[in-house]
Amino acid sequence: MSEHIVSVKVYFAIFLALLVGTVLTAWVAFFDFPGPLNAIVALTIACIKAALVILYFMHMRYSSRLIWVVFGAALFWLAIMFALTFSDYSTRSWLPVF
Amino acid sequence: MAESYATEHEVSHPGLQHHFENMDQQREASALGMWVFLVTEIMFFGGMFLAYTLYRWKYPESFEVASNHLDIWLGAVNTVVLICSSFTMALTVYCTQIGRQQLQILFLVLTMIFGVTFLGIKAVEYKQKYDDNLIPGRLIPGHPFNPSVQEEGKPADKHKLHLIPGATVRNVELFYWIYFAMTGMHALHMIIGLGIMLVLLFFSVRGRYGPEYHNPIEISGLYWHFVDIVWIFLFPLLYLLGRHIGHG
Repeated sequence: MSEHIVSVKVYFAIFLALLVGTVLTAWVAFFDFPGPLNAIVALTIACIKAALVILYFMHMRYSSRLIWVVFGAALFWLAIMFALTFSDYSTRSWLPVF
Repeated sequence: MAESYATEHEVSHPGLQHHFENMDQQREASALGMWVFLVTEIMFFGGMFLAYTLYRWKYPESFEVASNHLDIWLGAVNTVVLICSSFTMALTVYCTQIGRQQLQILFLVLTMIFGVTFLGIKAVEYKQKYDDNLIPGRLIPGHPFNPSVQEEGKPADKHKLHLIPGATVRNVELFYWIYFAMTGMHALHMIIGLGIMLVLLFFSVRGRYGPEYHNPIEISGLYWHFVDIVWIFLFPLLYLLGRHIGHG
């Protein structure tokens, strides 16, 4: 068998980390950080939690390069969708309204 | 060559389909197929996340007011419930890999219980929104979007919208369109996931999955974890964004 079996210890550590992340993100939401920091803090915690789930629960860390590329393609196209849409909406006010 | 090919099949597992060389190749192929499907799911939910981001950027005050009306505790409890279900799903895969069939069934059932709990709490939340007339548009006949607005000087009522300067009821409704679209699609994915798990449970009890063959368990786990990840982003974006403006 060439399949990698993740140990229960690792699963449990990730589970605890996800719980801590949830408590942390709910707790910091009660503080008002200056400017866009509120969203940045919340999204950073969410991204770390998602990365833990993908790498360990979904076994990405032990998967082939091919699966990494497939997942990377999703992020790449998502970035294109966001970038092109916001390049439109954020520049609409540059032109006078006729 | 033809002989070695035949020999390999003779000693192989009954779960090995004829178009694969061996179990490793079959497992790799099914995982890849699931990941390709998950890419389409990421793009599907990505479109809704884009709509959310765009309108939050355009109407920040209304989104804060609308978000403040959601119950942060129900949302947080549901996040924990879903993380627990992801954990038990991961253990289901683990127990199958090491050949512990009883534990595999136990964790599969636990995962389903957590999934049903999540949907139950979600239903309670939807009921609260219904009672406060926050179902957007005319989705429910005879029950249009029509929340009461908190007036100055009156005692604070958590069933009313606490508008701040720049926020309008119309744009609060926009938030609730996005809220119900995203959490509704997420809940639908959970229901489909529970259906898949019923099938897995049926075959698990019959002992179909073991250390050599467990692709269906593995890739259903990938799907379940993906649904968990969507919620990991939905919780802070929908429930927490307006928390720091106080009241609610």
